[in-house]
Parts: sequence; C-alpha cells; structure tokens
Amino acid sequence: MIELRALRKVFGETVALEEIDLSVPAGEIHGIVGRSGAGKSTLIRCLTGLESPTSGTVSINGVDLTNQSGAGLREARRSIGMVFQHVNLLDSSTALKNVAHPLKIAGVPKAERLAKARELLEFVGLGDRVDNYPAQLSGGQKQRVGIARALAAEPKVLLCDEPTSALDSTTTDQILGLIRSLRDRLGITVLIITHEMSVIREICDSVTLLADGRVAKTGKLAEVIAEPGSILAKDLVPLPPVSLDDGASRLVEVSLAGTDLPTVLTAARNAGASAEAILAGAVETIEGRQVGRLRFSVDSAEQAKELISALKADGIYAEEAA
Amino acid sequence: MNDPTWFDNPAITDQMWPAAIETLLMTAWSTGLAVLFGLPLGIWLFTASKGGLNSNPVVYRVLSFIVDITRSIPFIILIIALIPFARFVVGSALGWQATVVSLTIGAIPFYARLVENSLREVSEGKIEAALMMGASNGQVIRQVYVPEALPGLIGAATVTSVTLVSYTAMAGAVGGGGLGALAISYGYQRYQADTMIACIIVLVLIVTIIQFIGDRLARAVDHR
Repeated sequence: MIELRALRKVFGETVALEEIDLSVPAGEIHGIVGRSGAGKSTLIRCLTGLESPTSGTVSINGVDLTNQSGAGLREARRSIGMVFQHVNLLDSSTALKNVAHPLKIAGVPKAERLAKARELLEFVGLGDRVDNYPAQLSGGQKQRVGIARALAAEPKVLLCDEPTSALDSTTTDQILGLIRSLRDRLGITVLIITHEMSVIREICDSVTLLADGRVAKTGKLAEVIAEPGSILAKDLVPLPPVSLDDGASRLVEVSLAGTDLPTVLTAARNAGASAEAILAGAVETIEGRQVGRLRFSVDSAEQAKELISALKADGIYAEEAA
Repeated sequence: MNDPTWFDNPAITDQMWPAAIETLLMTAWSTGLAVLFGLPLGIWLFTASKGGLNSNPVVYRVLSFIVDITRSIPFIILIIALIPFARFVVGSALGWQATVVSLTIGAIPFYARLVENSLREVSEGKIEAALMMGASNGQVIRQVYVPEALPGLIGAATVTSVTLVSYTAMAGAVGGGGLGALAISYGYQRYQADTMIACIIVLVLIVTIIQFIGDRLARAVDHR
C-alpha cells in the first residue's frame, strides 16, 4: 500500500514535484511514466526517504516516511524492496551473499539467512548460480539477483526504478514476467518507474503520467488508454509514421475507445471511408478490450469534417491528425 | 673489479643478513601500524567529506589540515623531530624500534589519504542500495565500503609499504639501522662500493617481492 498526499519537492528555485496525489492499493502493479526531467527520480527518492519532501506525506504500509528518521526510517525501509536500474550488487560478494545482505543488516543469523537466500535464488531461476560473483552473470541474471535481494526481507512493497532500461527486449520480457509472478504469488504491491511504454503495456494495472513535476494523467490502464485523445494512449499504442505523398489529402484519426474494430470499420464505410483509405493502424487487446487507433486518408478538409461528424453520430471519437 | 676480496667483505658476509631482517621488520611493523591507524583515519576523513555519510566540513578541514601537514614535512626532518617522541615510546632514539615510531607517524596520513581515495571509487548506487535495506552508517562502512574497496585498500597498503622501504633507508642516516644504515656507513662513508651495490640489490629485491605479494593479494580479492 502506497499513499502520496499533496507531495511537493522544491530544490532551491526549481519545483521538482507539485501536488502529487497517488494511491496504489495492495497487490496492484502501478507504473509511473514520464520523460527525463519529469520528476520520476525525485519521486522515487522521496518514496524511499533518501530525499525528504518539502511538504506533503508519503506513507508506505501505513507508515508515514516523512516523519521518520534514524532508526525509525531504517526500520521502515526494511519493509520496502527496491530494484535498481543498475542493480547495484556488491562485486565482492557472491549472488548468495548479495541476496542475504538485507537479512544480514537486519541481524538474521547466518545459516538462516543463507538458506532463505538460496530459496529466493531458486525462486528467480538462478539456483545453479549461487556461488557466482556478479561479474560472472549476464545483465538479466544480475537483475534477477537484484529482485531476489529485494524480496529477502519479505517486503509488502516493491519499488522498481527503471528495472529493465539496461536490458534487451527478450530479457526485459523475462524480468517483467518475473515481477508479475511476484505479485500473483506473493500479493506484493509494485511501483515501477519507467520511461518505456512497453513496460506499462506489459504488466501495469494502473498508470500515472508525470509531466513537469505534476500528475498529467492517472488511472487504470484500460481506462486511461480507452479515453479518446489521451496523450498516454498515443504513447502506449503508437502508430507507425505515415507520409502523405499527396499534399492535398488529409488524415483523420479514429479511436477505438469504447468500441471495437468491426464497429469502427462498418461506421467508417457507411460514412464513405473504405478500408483502403486506412494508412496506418494499431490495435491491441488490453484487459479484454480492444484499444488503438486507425488513420484514414481523405481528400480534403471538408471530407475530413464530414467523416468526423458522421463517426461522432455513431459514438466514435475521431479527430483530424496533423 | 679484479680485487679478489670484492664482495668477500665482512660488511656483506656478516652484516648484510641482520640488516636486511631489520629493514623487513621495520617495514612490516610500520606498514601494519599505518594500516591499523590509517584505515580508520581514512574512513573518518571520507565520511566527514562533502557528500560523505556523516558530512562535516569543520571536522573534515581539521583532519585534512593535520594529514597534509604531516605529509608535507620531508621524512628525514620528521624523523629528527620525532626523536624525543620515539625515545618516550620505545625508550631509545636509536635502533630499528625507534625508527618504526617515526615511520608509522609518517605513513599513517599517507595511507589515510589513499584510503579516502579508494573509498571514493565505490559507486553511489551500492551505498543507496544498502541504505534502502535499512543499513546504519556503520553497517554501510563495514559491509559495503570496505569490502568493495578492498582491492584498492590492499593496493594502497602496498604503495605505503614500498614507500616505507625507502624511508627505512633514509632513517639509516640518523642511526635507524637496517640496510640504509649499512649502505651509508660502509658503502658511502668507507667507500665500499661492493657493500653499496649489495644493499641496493637487496632493497630492489625486497621492493619487488612486496609489490608481487601486494598485487597477488589485491587480485585474489578482486571479483570485478
């Protein structure tokens, strides 16, 4: 359970975060996206208590981190698992000892913590790599060790800071699959900070878009994508670029939000736009609903207007695209 | 060179071995003591520095000042200045034991600075990861900084040890004993070129062996 209330962080004159309200219920995977400089890093540093917010509250598992310091903060941090982009394993320790490290810090006896670490490495599929040093592991294997380590203290919340940004796409899929299975098997709450839309599409239940330190959009993934004209939807289901060879023709973008592909195609045909006029399209099924957009080419601005209003009459959202 | 007594010289045959042992003893003791005191001092310097775990500009500046003063005094002068202190600690101003006192005092700040630099090499991310696990500053130092910087710390101890070998030779000039004293009193003052050459060869051997062992140790703990 993660709860942010009116979070604000100012560095000197620069406002890094403003009025951030966010609540992630237990067992949910929540994604936070945004461009570089949108405030993602500051947000995660506030969540971990590495940075204290200028005002507002951060509470994790019902513990208000903003009021904690010293031993209290250290205690609260033990209930948060953290996965880093650069993994940050100790090069001087084996995979086993790295995974056992949080337990060593917490004062768990050696035999017990090593047994637990072995079990966790087994769980992430690295049971045969316990005695390897990080330098002997691939990027994906290191991140698995990182995830096993984050789980060692049995946290209720897992914070992932760009967990797959340094990995190739196949490895990314494996790591995301692992994170999803953690939620499914352990009921852990996951917050993923990322700049990769594919990560959001792949595993998130809900999503927040940060822009200039503010929440630009937040909600359930299916709802956010289904909302016509949403910036996030455009990023999440990108269309291939279209080039117009004829300068006179116009583009009309039709959203599948709240409907499905056959309905849109029928409505478009009735409005005079045949399937041949589709220059580009992207359709995905997210949580059982078809989402995406189609781009039709039309000959003139008038035709574009006609098509848009005809579709609107059928309850389909369309707009002229640049 | 055709002199049949060349190298068949009591200064070499009788005194070389004990002098070499003295040099080794001085180097070993002063390296050990310099690491013993220099490591905590270096850690203290590092944690007090800007961005350190326990950043404190005043403490840092004071420590830095003391370290730099000691490092900027030429060693031969430091030994002479420390004669009363050496006499107080070991009861005599002469002999290798007295030299160890000055050598240690000279080497502690040297090693401490090297420690500070080695610790700085440990990436910020590893520290944040440990802090996120709920580690205290002491745990971060013992469980992250020191083991992660260990190859560098061993390398620094090797450099300190090699520097100390040359310092022992300097100490020989003021009654410190060891190969330095032998080279100065026989090789230089009595014009025994063979003694001088023999001392140099043994010193080079000692330095080579120390460097070899240091490199081996550093590599053995380096898993990067």
